[in-house]
Order: sequence, then C-alpha cells, then structure tokens
Amino acid sequence: MNFDFSEEQKLLRTTARDYLEDRAPLGLARSVLESEAAMSRELWAGAAEMGWLGAVIPEEWGGAGFGHGELALIAEELGRALAPIPFGTSATVADAILLAGTEEQKRRLLTGFATGDRIGTLALAERRGVVRPESVRATQGRDGTLSGTKIGAPDGAAANLALVLARDDAGALVLALAELDDGSRTAEESIDPSRPTARLSFDGTPAEPLGTGEQDAWTLLRRLLDRAAVVQSFEQLGTAQRAFDLTREQVLDRYAFGRPIGSFQAIKHRMADLYASLEIARSNCYYAAWALTNDDPGLPLAACTARVAATEACNEASAEMVQLFGGAGFTWELDCHLFYRRAQNLALALGPIGEWRDRLVDCLDTGSAPGAGLRTEPPAAAG
Amino acid sequence: MDFTDTPAEASFRAGARAFLERHTERLDPGEAPPGPFIGEDPAAVRRSQGWQALKFDHGWACLTWPQEYGGRGLGPMEQVIWNQEELRFRTPVNIFSIGIGMLGPTLMKHGTGEQKRRHLAKMARGDEVWCQLFSEPGAGSDVAGLLTRATRDGADWVIDGQKTWNTGAHFCRWGVVIARTDPDVPKHQGLTCFIVDMRSAGIEVRPIRQMNGGSGVNDVFFDGVRVPDENRLGDVDGGWRVAITILMNERAAIGARGMAGFGPEDLVRLAREADGPRGKAIEDSAVRARIADFHVRTAGLRFTTYRTLTALSRGETPGPENAIHKLVGSPLRQRMAALGVELQGPAGAAMDAAYGAQSAWLAAPGMRLAGGTDEIMRNIIAERVLGLPAEPRVDKELPFSAMRRNRA
Repeated sequence: MNFDFSEEQKLLRTTARDYLEDRAPLGLARSVLESEAAMSRELWAGAAEMGWLGAVIPEEWGGAGFGHGELALIAEELGRALAPIPFGTSATVADAILLAGTEEQKRRLLTGFATGDRIGTLALAERRGVVRPESVRATQGRDGTLSGTKIGAPDGAAANLALVLARDDAGALVLALAELDDGSRTAEESIDPSRPTARLSFDGTPAEPLGTGEQDAWTLLRRLLDRAAVVQSFEQLGTAQRAFDLTREQVLDRYAFGRPIGSFQAIKHRMADLYASLEIARSNCYYAAWALTNDDPGLPLAACTARVAATEACNEASAEMVQLFGGAGFTWELDCHLFYRRAQNLALALGPIGEWRDRLVDCLDTGSAPGAGLRTEPPAAAG
Repeated sequence: MDFTDTPAEASFRAGARAFLERHTERLDPGEAPPGPFIGEDPAAVRRSQGWQALKFDHGWACLTWPQEYGGRGLGPMEQVIWNQEELRFRTPVNIFSIGIGMLGPTLMKHGTGEQKRRHLAKMARGDEVWCQLFSEPGAGSDVAGLLTRATRDGADWVIDGQKTWNTGAHFCRWGVVIARTDPDVPKHQGLTCFIVDMRSAGIEVRPIRQMNGGSGVNDVFFDGVRVPDENRLGDVDGGWRVAITILMNERAAIGARGMAGFGPEDLVRLAREADGPRGKAIEDSAVRARIADFHVRTAGLRFTTYRTLTALSRGETPGPENAIHKLVGSPLRQRMAALGVELQGPAGAAMDAAYGAQSAWLAAPGMRLAGGTDEIMRNIIAERVLGLPAEPRVDKELPFSAMRRNRA
C-alpha cells in the first residue's frame, strides 16, 4: 500500500511551497485585488519559469512532461498561497487541446501555454444557473465565426484564448477555440477581484473547432470538467488548509475571559469539525488524483466526490475563519476576506456544488463506473 | 501511488492466506464476516477459544507482541494484513480484542514479572479471556471521577462498587478494574488498578438491556470482593498511569471493515425503489444531495484508512488523528440509517429486514457513545492533534472527597 505521492512529487511540492512563500505572500493576492490588474504578471512569468504552466504538456511542445499528480500538487500550493494567477483554468484549456486537439493545434498552441503567453478560459455560462445543453444559445456559423455572449468566464479577465461551448448551424453542440481581445473581453466586477471573471462577447468572432469536431461536445466537456475538478479540488484543499492553519494560530494567540479562545470547547469543537472536513477532502482528493493519473474508469465518481468534499471544506474553513477572527475578521485590513472571496470563486468556476452532488449520485445510480469508488478495499489487494 | 503490497508484505499475506485456506473456508460472495459478539452462548465462546489456540499454536496470534510473551514481534502492518485476510474467511467472532489488544500490552508495561509469567501466555492462546472494568454509572467521559472503592485489609484489598458497559464479564476469567484507594487527594491521584479473578465471591454480572433491545454488555457489581495485593497492577494510587496505557491501546480497528452496514449503496437501491414526492425518491434533489454528502464522507474515511495503512507500511505509528473515524463515522451511520427509514414513508415504521435501516437506526446512538462521545472525540482531536489548550478544570487540585459529584 502506497497511497501517497512519490518522493519526487513531494520534492516538487516543497520547491513550489518555498518559491511561493518567497514570491507570493498573501500581500500579492491583496495587491491584485486592490488594483485594476487581472492577475500578477510577475508570478505568472515565474510559474512559467518553474515549468508549472507546462506541467502536463509534453516536452516536444515546450512543456515539462510531468503527470497530473504533479499538476495537482502545484495547484495545492498555489491555493495555499492564494496565488492571483489563472493557473487551473488555463491548464484546463491546455488539457482540452491535449485530449481532443488535432496534431496541428497541439503543435501551434501548446507551447504558448507552457511559456505563459497563452492564457485560457472557459466560456460556458450564458445565464444564471447550471450550464445545461439547452441553456446554450451562442452559435458558430458555417464560416466558423462565433456569435453570442458568455458570462462568469473563470479567470476571463486575464485570458486571451477561450474554449467556447456553442451550437453549430445544425443545432449541435460544439466546442470552439476563440482568441480574445479587449473588444470581446470585459472584466466583471468580481466577488474575488484577485481572480476576476469576465463577460465575453462574440459578434462574428473568428474561431476554430477544438479537434476535428467529430467527438460529441457535451461528453467531451463533461470529461474535461471532471479532470479539471480534480486539479481544482487540490487548489481548494490548499486554500482551505491555509485558512485553517491561520485560524488555528488565531485561536491560540487570542485571549478572552483570561484564556486563549482555543481553550473553549465551543471553539475547539468547531476546529475539530473543520479538521475532519479537511481530512475527508484530502483523502478524497488523493484518490481522485490516483484515478486521474491512471485514467481509471471510476474517475467521474472520484472527481465528483473530491470536488464536493473540497468545496465544502474550503467554504467552511474560509467562512469560519472570518467568524473566529471576530470583528477584526470582517475588516478590509485582515486577510480573511481574501479567503472568503477566493473560496466562493473556486466553488463556482466549474459549476456549483449542487451540480456536482447531483452528478455524483448519477455515478452511483447508473453505475457509470461499476463498483468504482464503492470498493471496500484497495483494488489491487482484492485478489 | 499504488495499492499493492511490498514484496515482504505480499509474502506475509500469502503465508497468512495459506494458513487460513488450510484450516477454514472462504466466505461466500456477499456473506458477512462475523460481527461483534453479543450472545452468551458458551459454545460460541469455546469455538472462539479453539480458533485462537489454533492460531497461537501455528504462530498467527498476537503478531505484534514480543516473542518472549508468545508473539512474533511483527509490526502493525502485518497485523493489518492478517486482519484483512482473516475477514475473508469463515472464522468465529473475536472475543479477545480487549485482552490481547489493550490489557496484554498494559500488563507488559506495568505488570510484575510474576504477573506476566502467570497471565500473558494464557491470554495470548485464548485459554483465559479478559475484560475491562472502568466505566461507572456516575463516571463515563470523566472516568477518573469513579466511586468504586478498594480498601486495604491485611494482605488483601476489598473492592466495593458498580462498574458498567463491561463486555464479556460472563465468560471472562480475568478482569482489570480501576478503583479509588485514596479519596482525600485530587481525583487522578487516588486510583489503583487490580487484576480480578472474575470467579471471585461477591461479583455479580447483570446484562444491560440496550435501547435497541440488544444486550452485549453488562453491569458488574462488586460486594466485598477480596483481591490479594499480588494482583495489584502498578503502584498504589498509580492507577491513572495504567489506565492511560490501556486507553492509548484502544486504537481504531484499522483494516477491519469500519464502515460495513447500512450505507450509501443501500440508500441508492432503496431510493430507486421507493416513491418520492415526484417520481422515485432518487429523483428528489434533496434526497440526492444527502446521499451525495454521505458518499463523500464514507469514501473520505475509506481513503483516510488507505493513508493510515501507507504510514503503517512505512513503519510509522498512526496517532490520535484516527479519532476522526469515530467522530465522522458514527453520526454518519445514524444519519444514513435515519434517511433509510424516512425514505420508506409510513412503511418505514415497521422493522424491515430487506434493507436493515430500522435496526441500524436503533443501534446507531450507541456508536456515538461507546469508546468516547462525539464531544470527547472532538476534544481529543482539538487537544492532541491541533494542540489547542484544555479547558481549565475546577477539580484538578481539589481532594476527591471535597468535589461535587454524582451520587452513588
């Protein structure tokens, strides 16, 4: 039994943590939040230099050729640092090209993702609510151009390439890649201005189909989102863990009624519950990383489970952080709101928790992966 | 990341499996391994003892015990592998976990040479079964507030009082009891442990009838029970240190099927069958959300066990973080069983063997109390994992006799 990351992977994580402690203190997220910037250009350039942006891109296209386990660990560390860069979202668009792009597209586009010149976003939602096939109105004409408006595009304000869900002239769903510019991209007034979303307007905008366009777009999108959810769950886990660690320091340092507030059972029981939530999320994330790395048929269930667990842990840890810091926690000066904002931003980006809960039960119900995730014992030990 | 054994683990597993194949049969697919012992059937006790003796004679008992006490001096990972394999076979219920798992190691640490010689080998072979007598009607979470008295009388001690939540007193030969030997010092300082012959005059065992109708545990009454001083375990008034050793050995049953019983898969089957407000219950989004959360926790605990096994496999010792299994798992089972009953509508008011939700629901409250209440588990995590300070206590310096407490 070795349900843990390898020594090389852990070394990569340590390197990432050291680098981010130096280059990305919480003040960096705050500086983006308080400015008009869409991201930290310096940290983005640094992430490219460290090889993180091309983590899963093969070396022939300028990447580092790591696996998804490494990608997940980098995401966890970036989450811990509240890094104000569009790492996970952009990696998802690169992953889409890797999975479904033509050889020509991979050759032409992936190097840019590894260098950081290309920054991807997901253009899915058009109105309030869960994104479903019937909610897609954007169209791709016979000449390939896109028309329509997308909202809440994650990290959209920083992006220059969008993966767009649209309909072709026959009404079938398609996934297309469209370059973005200041004309098509408007930053939204985001709940988390350290990672602002955008409204994307297409009006006869040139675009190309992702891959040959033969694959069913909805099935491909679900697969992409499952894979993205695993990576994002690690980012949420990192954010949740940092919020929790800072809260623990606070309840040890803060005195009231003559004793540290962490000695009151009313407080420590909440901390114990948060800890349990975090551990449940961490264990589910690890399993999902295993399923993603091994392309296990149980990936959809594992991804839904990790996503729900990490979203809950991150939302709870950041919300409790504000409360346990007391009145000071509600001030602009303290960092609690950075966590509170980021947690919600990450929770919405790939679809809300309710959607993932619903899909999780679909996996259990229809057995999209028979037995997977329901195992009572490790797979290999069952023989 | 992989879920395979190391070569050494695989070879140990093969040896364990070969022994089990030779001496018993594999469980049929879907057949449950034996549950906890709740009967008083003497034949079942003898079967358990026979199986333990066979394991002992072939070197498959007390794997983690030192060789000088009849064990094999192996690590916890080997014990886990053995447990996993044994669970695949049709074997009698295990009635030795309190003795071999908790009391044996305590005897090794605090017992006299004579006590170890007299008891450990017989305990290891299952020839003599042991039980623990700690909790009292007036001392549960605060077990150091116990009232059972032990008074010196010549070469003997005389024990009077009542113990409760005891497992196995009616078939055990020996028990470890903790009693108050000095009421005029603070509560932790006046306690002493004793090894008690459960056949002694003055001991009366009465089964407790639980709220679910079951009864696997007892009240045990001590009325002038004489215990020779040579059976004292540890120092006079040093009983709390002994008790701590026992409680430290009360580990999560790693490798066992911790979350067996009514679970998310049963809920999915049931919700597919039962009618909901619109269509089947499985189409009800509120039901779906609850099942999803139950699955997240169930899977999370399972994968947390994988992480623990990984630590064991590397020779690390898992610590108090294992408390989350009980803290999360026990209320989870209760909530899952409650949804199972609820989904059946008015029909759920009748006991139903098909899904077993009603019996799981009736048994569930006990699991949130046994071995530490939810609140005790939270304190363990907060204090021992997170390092948060303990609550100030009013009874720390006060002599026990001057302390406000429950009536006997």
